[in-house]
Amino acid sequence: MVIAVASGKGGTGKTTVATNLAVTLARRGRTTCYLDCDVEEPNGHIFLKPEITGSTSVGVPVPEVDMDRCTGCGKCGDICQYSAIVCINKKVLTFPELCHGCGGCSLVCPEEAISEVPREVGIIEEGMSDGVRFVHGRLRVGEAMSPPLIREVKKRVPGEGVAIVDVPPGTSCPVIEAVKGVDFVILVTEPTPFGLNDLELAVGMVRELGLPMGVLINRSDVGDARVNKYCEREGIELLLEIPDDRKVAEAYSKGEMAVDAMPEWERWFECVFIRLVETIDSHSA
Amino acid sequence: MKELVVISGKGGTGKTSIVASFAAMEERKVLADCDVDAADLHLVLEPTVRHEEEFYGGNQPVVRTEDCVGCGECLERCRFDAVRMDGDRAGEATFSIDPIACEGCGVCVHVCPVDAIDFPRKKSGDWFISDTRHGTMVHAKLGVAEENSGKLVTLVRNQAKQVAKKQDAPFIIVDGAPGIGCPVIASITGADLVLVVTEPTMSGMHDLERVIELARHFDIKASVCINKCDLNEDMAEAIERSSAELGAEVIGKVAYDAAVTKAQLQKKSIVEYSDGKVAQEINRMWERIKELLCAPAATSG
Repeated sequence: MVIAVASGKGGTGKTTVATNLAVTLARRGRTTCYLDCDVEEPNGHIFLKPEITGSTSVGVPVPEVDMDRCTGCGKCGDICQYSAIVCINKKVLTFPELCHGCGGCSLVCPEEAISEVPREVGIIEEGMSDGVRFVHGRLRVGEAMSPPLIREVKKRVPGEGVAIVDVPPGTSCPVIEAVKGVDFVILVTEPTPFGLNDLELAVGMVRELGLPMGVLINRSDVGDARVNKYCEREGIELLLEIPDDRKVAEAYSKGEMAVDAMPEWERWFECVFIRLVETIDSHSA
Repeated sequence: MKELVVISGKGGTGKTSIVASFAAMEERKVLADCDVDAADLHLVLEPTVRHEEEFYGGNQPVVRTEDCVGCGECLERCRFDAVRMDGDRAGEATFSIDPIACEGCGVCVHVCPVDAIDFPRKKSGDWFISDTRHGTMVHAKLGVAEENSGKLVTLVRNQAKQVAKKQDAPFIIVDGAPGIGCPVIASITGADLVLVVTEPTMSGMHDLERVIELARHFDIKASVCINKCDLNEDMAEAIERSSAELGAEVIGKVAYDAAVTKAQLQKKSIVEYSDGKVAQEINRMWERIKELLCAPAATSG
């Protein structure tokens, strides 16, 4: 079973929910894997403190042009939708950081002058933490495109047990890449105008993908009831409301797990898990 | 004309609340909301849309089923798992494109031997020029599950520049996106100054270091605001040290105040809601930003 933890708005507590859920499940004897797909700013390792046992470089295939063979016909530039390869005055220039690795340019080159070479966009690190299998991606700073790296992280979702996917904030391509194909999406939000606005966007995205979902309201007592009303109106299951607590915020600031600072969190998260399993069952029925 | 971009690395640190306050304090500016996939600034500034345009970021292949001969060349060549096979009997299969997985590269269009794949332009969002009680704002809305946020960000910034030129406004204040990827890079390249809003947590510090590194990568001066600085004072100090080492000046330390959320609930910026300590600190920060923006690059800290 694969569970994604997402939110339109950043800083609502996605990583807190994802890491504490993973640790709760592992402590209760389930085979659990945590995969951090927020590859631009991965934070899960700060809390899980895994012992890293393996590291892999992830590359995107980018064009390399053999100038001796190139006749400057410009077909490569014509097919490229990303301006990653352009032909000006019969001279070909490449901009590898814009390349999506579609292979179009090498496919159309009549002279077979274009080969593809991997360009590193980031790394994947794997290890173990307190019974939780740990995987994360780290995008190289200056790199624009995270989806290829997210795809590689997702390939490491194990065939058995529970996998928790920590999703980047927002609703655009990196988020879609992280969320698609999962069995359930937990949307973490807060009861404020910004929280609700971004939750609505995230709900739209999850509906587009046709996945079952539930909402978790973090710091549920800092705002008002607008998120509760929205969920009721839209028929979206409210999985849990977590009140604001200075102890949790302090533990978070130091990189400590909430389940250690507040033992009742473990019981709450076990309940969340049971509820979402029921929702998945009713969704597939 | 000088452009400030407010970003955060980590989301939810208070970036938009601070931008809204700058907006309320400075009259001679144009605003640009470049957090195009989860924009929030409009919730405080309540814009009246004056100009609206559709945004086409790329093209989307569409298979004409009646012309598809079911050869499967598109399926074989697509590197994004975006081609679906409909029907399963040999020889009778047809193919279609999953618009969510598709990255619009056009390889399928090219390889189709019977030219059965069209490649029309695809609308992927809208952008707006609006009036607010604090002046003109350029903003946008990326469609659900859409790509090309970087192109839309660039468009919003260019429009804001044109408006600023017309109004003879000396400042552009940009609300950026979280993270360090495509929309963030599109928000900061060529800007005069970046302000990173962070919080005194391990995550905040980790993300801050990566985003300052990003600004350095593109050779843009970075400054830092530590929001909710009293949450963990040791961590706040560590962030100050780390920022200094990375060559970014900490220009403001804002204490935690419930007024920030209360202001948001009333659709107000913090400085409109209260004139307390938080508002004063944000005021000081804006004065320092103006000095940094107007100082010659060589003498900056």
